Amino acid sequence: MSGKEYRTITDVKGPLVFLNKTEPVAYGEIVQLRLSDGTMKNGQVLDTSDDQVIVQVFEGTSSVDRQTGVKFLGDVFRLPVSKDLVGRILDGAGRPRDGGPAIVPDEMADIIGAAINPYSRESPESFIQTGISAIDACTSLVRGQKLPIFSAAGLPHNDIALQIARQAKLVGSDDDFVVVFCAMGITAEEYNFFVHDLERTGALENSALFVNLADDPAVERLITPRLALTAAEYLAFEHDYHVLVIYTDMTNYCESLRQIGAAREEVPGRRGYPGYMYTDLAMLYERAGLVKGKKGSITQFPILTMPGDDITHPIPDLSGYITEGQIVISRELHQKGIYPPINVLPSLSRLMNAGIGDGKTREDHKSVSDQLYAAYAQGKELRGLVAIVGEDALNERDLQLLKFADIFENEFLRQSRDEDRSIGEGTLDLAWNLLTNIDTKYLVRLDQKWIDKYHPTEKKE
Amino acid sequence: MSEEKGLIYRISGPVVTAVGITPRMYEVVRVGDEGLMGEVIELHGDQSVIQVYEETSGIKPGEPVVRTGQTLSVQLGPGLLTQIYDGIQRPLEDLEETMGAFITRGVDADGLDLKKKWEFNATASKGDEVNAGHVIGTVQETETIEHRVMVPPGKSGTIKSIKSGKFDVTQTVCTLDDGTEIAMMQEWPVRTPRPFVRKYAPDVPLITGQRILDFLFPLAKGGTAGIPGPFGSGKTVTQQQLAKWSDAQIVVYIGCGERGNEMTEVLTEFPHLIDPHTGKPLMNRTTMIANTSNMPVAAREASVYTGITIAEYFRDMGYDVALMADSTSRWAEAMREISSRLEEMPGEEGYPAYLSSRLAEFYERAGRVQTLAGDDGSVSVIGAVSPPGGDISEPVSQGTLRIVKVFWGLDAGLARQRHFPAINWLSSYSLYPQALDQWYRDNIASDFPEIRTEISALLQVEAELQEIVQLVGSDALPIDQQLTLEVARMIREFFLQQNAFHDVDTYSNLKLQYTMARAILAFQDEAKKAIAGGADLESVVNVQARTDIMRGRFEEGYEDRIEKLVKEMGKQISATMEEN
Repeated sequence: MSGKEYRTITDVKGPLVFLNKTEPVAYGEIVQLRLSDGTMKNGQVLDTSDDQVIVQVFEGTSSVDRQTGVKFLGDVFRLPVSKDLVGRILDGAGRPRDGGPAIVPDEMADIIGAAINPYSRESPESFIQTGISAIDACTSLVRGQKLPIFSAAGLPHNDIALQIARQAKLVGSDDDFVVVFCAMGITAEEYNFFVHDLERTGALENSALFVNLADDPAVERLITPRLALTAAEYLAFEHDYHVLVIYTDMTNYCESLRQIGAAREEVPGRRGYPGYMYTDLAMLYERAGLVKGKKGSITQFPILTMPGDDITHPIPDLSGYITEGQIVISRELHQKGIYPPINVLPSLSRLMNAGIGDGKTREDHKSVSDQLYAAYAQGKELRGLVAIVGEDALNERDLQLLKFADIFENEFLRQSRDEDRSIGEGTLDLAWNLLTNIDTKYLVRLDQKWIDKYHPTEKKE
Repeated sequence: MSEEKGLIYRISGPVVTAVGITPRMYEVVRVGDEGLMGEVIELHGDQSVIQVYEETSGIKPGEPVVRTGQTLSVQLGPGLLTQIYDGIQRPLEDLEETMGAFITRGVDADGLDLKKKWEFNATASKGDEVNAGHVIGTVQETETIEHRVMVPPGKSGTIKSIKSGKFDVTQTVCTLDDGTEIAMMQEWPVRTPRPFVRKYAPDVPLITGQRILDFLFPLAKGGTAGIPGPFGSGKTVTQQQLAKWSDAQIVVYIGCGERGNEMTEVLTEFPHLIDPHTGKPLMNRTTMIANTSNMPVAAREASVYTGITIAEYFRDMGYDVALMADSTSRWAEAMREISSRLEEMPGEEGYPAYLSSRLAEFYERAGRVQTLAGDDGSVSVIGAVSPPGGDISEPVSQGTLRIVKVFWGLDAGLARQRHFPAINWLSSYSLYPQALDQWYRDNIASDFPEIRTEISALLQVEAELQEIVQLVGSDALPIDQQLTLEVARMIREFFLQQNAFHDVDTYSNLKLQYTMARAILAFQDEAKKAIAGGADLESVVNVQARTDIMRGRFEEGYEDRIEKLVKEMGKQISATMEEN
């Protein structure tokens, strides 16, 4: 569409441009701005009426003046998609960043994405082995799940995300994952870390990267994850790939959302974040899943850094209400030198029960996981008590649990960055070995039949 | 109704402003070239503000807006059960057929299958005087549920003709002498409560098979309950357990702004679950409404009304209906989102000032009533609340707590200890026990209320003792108090904890709950005697029969064995006296 170019800008406020127009403009339409020096910028219609149109400019409004030409392109934002996206690095607006040729599209896909009909979804229940005991045993991941990593500044969430990307596999299947990586406002250093690691392991050619760095336009971050997910949907549901989407850092995304809300003078919700942030986040997270009759799948690993390590902050809080669990990284464990410092107590996988057990992982998995959890939780609680009254005041049971908490952290949680433990021999057997440190009569979460079958010293064979 | 047409003036997200029409408040209009469904929510000079139930991107000012003359209504009749709808009663199965796996827009779908023929059995006959709400015939809707076809509200007269046979829902099955034609389907505006004669005081419990709920904090049929809890504390599992096991005859489950995969899980699981009361699939008595978090926000706002109207319709037939809304916070957020687009002056935390009155209106549609036909029917409402950061001082939790009579407070700390259901026994409450006690005495055991009081008292004492233990350790307590701690631990681990995913433990009938509670008190009595007689606590606690009682609840046939195990426990505990 050739469209007219308007020069009717009235107000410029933060990332927003207000203009009077003469023709009807569609809500959500894509806009091109031509500055007087010839620079082009892109934007999107946020509000449209007979009198006025509000445009959000992705690249920021610096140098925009009243003479800037504004052209409405007559279409919503679309990403050129094709199988060739795999192995490419694109910028935050979907343009090649790796010096390669433009993507020759098979299709121009609307990046907003439609909601999957709940009736058409398939229940996720294929266990993904990450090779990390804390995750595999206690917060098992399944294909089609969205499981965020709740971290904080200075913690090794990137290492964990990469280790998962490297090691993730379906037990008893050769299907590999394609990684779609979406960077939102991370530093060049972090970005290089990701790219080097993906290169080192040869995973880069199996990945599609969408990159918006810290010095790229902040408003552009609002579309970067949508581009990444659009690419993921295309690869999963048109080309049968199993896609693992890692996006980092959701906190930067939400900051951009707040920025737009403030510029529009919207009534803010908690801590200045817009009231629709829940819905907005849901429109990203809910694009994970499986669809009946399609072979591919989308599994999401959003990473977010909790401001001030506060899990009740609106970003982790709203995320937690949408995602199917969370993996919480603990500063305390990190400072003890334990990698991966995953605190299993607040961590959770809601789809775990569907993905584990006989025929999927192992029949005793649920029991063992409950028992580890309960014993560790009680042991940790006792640490607080011991700090006050000393170990002498503890009874035999409590003493065993107290010791177990240390053993659990040092031998179960701790593993090296390239240690890939299998679920059966690697993780569950290890758990049984560690549980021998507690008298069986205190192991109330374990069914007797599993004790008879798996307990290293008490099994009956 | 002549079609009145206007034009779109402004679009901002789900809110569209139109000029050139003069609709009534809450009238349904068709928006844009694609005819998207919307509802008028504000009139402002010559502008009408409309919330649109579908995605609005790509729509332009100047496109048409058409009045329909109707308010948002649902279709009620045979075919509601086993269905899964979106927030505005479009069957998701039909949507899949017309638009594929992804929900696009501009598609209409009837709530009921208008073509399907049902076997209608007339129960009224020619010459009968009938009033609104009277049952004129029945349809076997599913294996377990008989659908009662009623005279729609506002109509009455003498039956001129009525016939049994196979009909679709729009065909006339009955004519009144004034010429009124009655079909099996009726429509009802969702924002208006359906009429009834009067409300009764609730005095029958809604039995859920969940020990902590039934035994300590019971809900009455026709009552209201709120379940607030932070994420990961088990709100959804609790709601699903209620949908599965509660002894209501009809269940309406509203997934309001929640996860897509969760709804899918319900959808795949329910058809395979057997109703313990009828022995038939649970799906036979269930209607589901799924408006997931990424589906249009205005339809989410409507979904709870759609759900409760369907619930009221079955209540009017004389059924006990349980309605679960998961989560009312998402509903409130939808209101907030729309309200902020309308640039209304916000109340607390950006929520509209009318939040608490909307909540109250919704919960007030619950109740046990005398129906227009003179029968008893009830709607019990159980609303999940998702307070930000788990802090229930926020407006939605507070607005809910002011209305509901039962509070099941979920606790992140308990969830972290894998104590499920993670309902905090100290902060939760129910205002129904007094009204229900007579029922328990008559139907379960004459001392049921006393046993309950004893169990809650023990938990209360434990909480006090724990404060001391935190300071000095449990060994420093006198032996009788140590015993109390052990008994309380038994209550928590054996009675209050219940594994929703375990085939046997997932449901306990009231009789069994009572027996289990008695077993705990029996342990306490025996242990007291033994300790007075010189036995040490350690060996009393570790008698094999007690462990068997505790582990046995996971095994089939536990009900038949428990009494014997309790006797055995008594013997074994007495024996510990002799050891010393």
